Amino acid sequence: MDMKERMSGNEAVSYAIKQINPDVMPAFPITPSTEIPQMISTYIANGEIDTEFIPVESEHSAMSAAIGAQAAGARSLTATSSAGLALMWEELLLAASNRLPLVLALVNRTLSGPININCDHSDGMGARDTGWIQIYAENNQEAYDNFIQAYPIAEHEGVHLPVMICQDGFITSHAVENIELLDDKKVKKFVGEYKPEEYLLNPGNPVAVGPYSVSNYAMEAKKNQEIALENSKAVILEVAKNFKKISGRSYGLFEEYKTKDADYIMLIMGSAAGTAKQAVSELRAKGMKVGVLKLRVFRPFPAEEIAEALKGCKTVAIMDRCESYNGNGGPLGSEVTSALFRNKVMIETVNYIYGLAGRDFTVDEAKAIFKELEEQDVSGRKVEQYKYIGLRT
Amino acid sequence: MDKGIEIRWHGRGGQGAKTAALLLADVAFKTGQYVQGFPEYGPERMGAPITAYNRISADKIRVHSNIYTPDYVVVVDETLLSSVDVTAGLKKNGAIIINTSKSREEIAEKLGGYKGRIYTVDARKISVETLGKNFPNSPMLAAIVAVSNVMDRDTFIGEMRASYEHKFAKKPEVIDGNMKALEMAYDVIEAAMEDDKMSLSA
Repeated sequence: MDMKERMSGNEAVSYAIKQINPDVMPAFPITPSTEIPQMISTYIANGEIDTEFIPVESEHSAMSAAIGAQAAGARSLTATSSAGLALMWEELLLAASNRLPLVLALVNRTLSGPININCDHSDGMGARDTGWIQIYAENNQEAYDNFIQAYPIAEHEGVHLPVMICQDGFITSHAVENIELLDDKKVKKFVGEYKPEEYLLNPGNPVAVGPYSVSNYAMEAKKNQEIALENSKAVILEVAKNFKKISGRSYGLFEEYKTKDADYIMLIMGSAAGTAKQAVSELRAKGMKVGVLKLRVFRPFPAEEIAEALKGCKTVAIMDRCESYNGNGGPLGSEVTSALFRNKVMIETVNYIYGLAGRDFTVDEAKAIFKELEEQDVSGRKVEQYKYIGLRT
Repeated sequence: MDKGIEIRWHGRGGQGAKTAALLLADVAFKTGQYVQGFPEYGPERMGAPITAYNRISADKIRVHSNIYTPDYVVVVDETLLSSVDVTAGLKKNGAIIINTSKSREEIAEKLGGYKGRIYTVDARKISVETLGKNFPNSPMLAAIVAVSNVMDRDTFIGEMRASYEHKFAKKPEVIDGNMKALEMAYDVIEAAMEDDKMSLSA
C-alpha cells in the first residue's frame, strides 16, 4: 500500500534502498550522508533486507568495491558526500568507462577549504565530467522518487552507465518533511530483477573488465561511452513516464514553473528551487511575469531543451551553488550560455553564485534577483554578468 | 506556503531542542498538516548554542531556507538570553516561550523591549519532578503547542502518548513521567493565557 509519511531526505533514500534490496553496498561514513549506510546497516541487522554491506576503509575503497561487485554481476551502490566523492574520483571514471550501472547516493556538501560540512554543489560539479548520469532533487520526495528510477535508467541496454542521485546536504538530507511512499511490491516490480548480460562470475561466458586498450581502439570506447550518455536522455524520460504510472508524479529533464509567459526566468537546481518558486508566486501576485526552470538532470546536459525553454524570455538568472574558479562563471553559467549560443537563443544572462558552504538562500534574495533583472531590462544599464549573491556586507 | 506558522528553537547542544523540533513536526504531521522540522547544523558540541526550525501549514511547503521572521520562538536554555538575540525578527503578534524559573515580568527585561506575548515555563523543575532528570524538551514541546494552538490539547496528548509508547517500548516506566511533564507544562501555559484573557477584558 502507498503511504503518507514524514521523513528526512536521508531516511527517504534509505527507504528506497530498502525497497529495492540491492545486492552489495560498500560504504565509508562522511557527513552528511553517514545516516544512509547507518540505516541500511540497521535494515540488514534487522533482517529486513539481505544486501551485503561491506564496511571499507575509505571512499576510494567503497567505489572500488562497488565496481568490483557490479562487474561480478551484483546490483551495487554506495553513498557519500564532499571529500568522500573527491577521493572516489579515479574510480568514478572507471565505473562509467567500464559501463557499470551502479548507483551512488550523493548528499551534496562543499569541498574544503575552509573546512565546512554544509551544502553546496561543488562535490557533484567536481564529478561532472566523469561520465556519470547526475540527477538532482528539490526535496525528500524527489530524492526518493529519483532513487527508484536510478537502476532502470542505469541498467537500460542502451545506457549501461552509473547514476548519481543527488540531494542537498542538511537542507533536505536532515529536514523532516511530508512524503508519499510507494508500496513495496510496486517498487520491486518497477525496478525489476538485475539481469546483467555480461559479468565476471559467469563461467559460461568469460569476459575481461577494464583491460588495457591500445590507441587503435581506445578512442572508439570513449565515443561509445559518449553515445550511451546521449542515449540516456530518452531513457530517463521513458523511465519517468513509467514512474508516473505507478506514482502519479511527473518528472522530466527539468521542471518549468510558470515559465511559459515569463519575462525573467531563474534557472536553478536542488532545494533552493522551492524557495525560488515561492518568490515567483509572490511576485506573480504583484503582476511580475517571472518563472523558474528547475534543472533535474544535469548529466546528460539537456542543452537544446533548455535553449528551447528559455527562448521566449528576456533574461535568465543562472544560479550556481558552486564556484568553478575559472574567472568566467559557475558550471551551470558556462554550460547554459553555451547551450543558448549554439541554439541561437540570444537572450540576456546573469550568472549568480549563491549558497556556497551552506550560506542560506532566501525568498527575499530570489525576489531581489528578479527585480534586478527587470531593472537591467528597463533601464538598459547592464549588471555584471557573473556575480555573487548573499555575501556578508 | 502563504498560511501556516513558523517556529524557531534556541537551545544548547545536548538539551534536545532539535529532537523537540522533529517531535513537533511528527505530531503535527499526524494531524494531517504539512510540516518541516530541521536543525541548523554546524560543528555540534555539547553546550554550544544551536537553532532548529519548524514550518507547519495546511498547504504544501516549498521554501528551504532558515526562518528569519518567526511567529514563535522557544528558548530551551535561558542562559542564551545574554548571548543570542532570541527575539530577532520575531513577529509582534507572535510569542516567545522561555524555560526559566523567573516570572514573565523579570524575564521581559532581558528581551530587548520585545512587544509581543511572553510566556515562561520552569521546564527544569517540571522535568526533575516528573522524570527525576533535567530533560527540558518535553515540557517546552507542550508549551509551544499550547501557545501556537497547532492542534488541540486532547489530540496532542493522545498523539504524544502513542508516540512515547512506540519510542519507549523497551522502557515503559518513563512514559507516564513524560506524559505528566507534558500535561504540567500545558497547564502552566493555559493558566498564563487565561490570565492574559482576564486582564484584556478587565
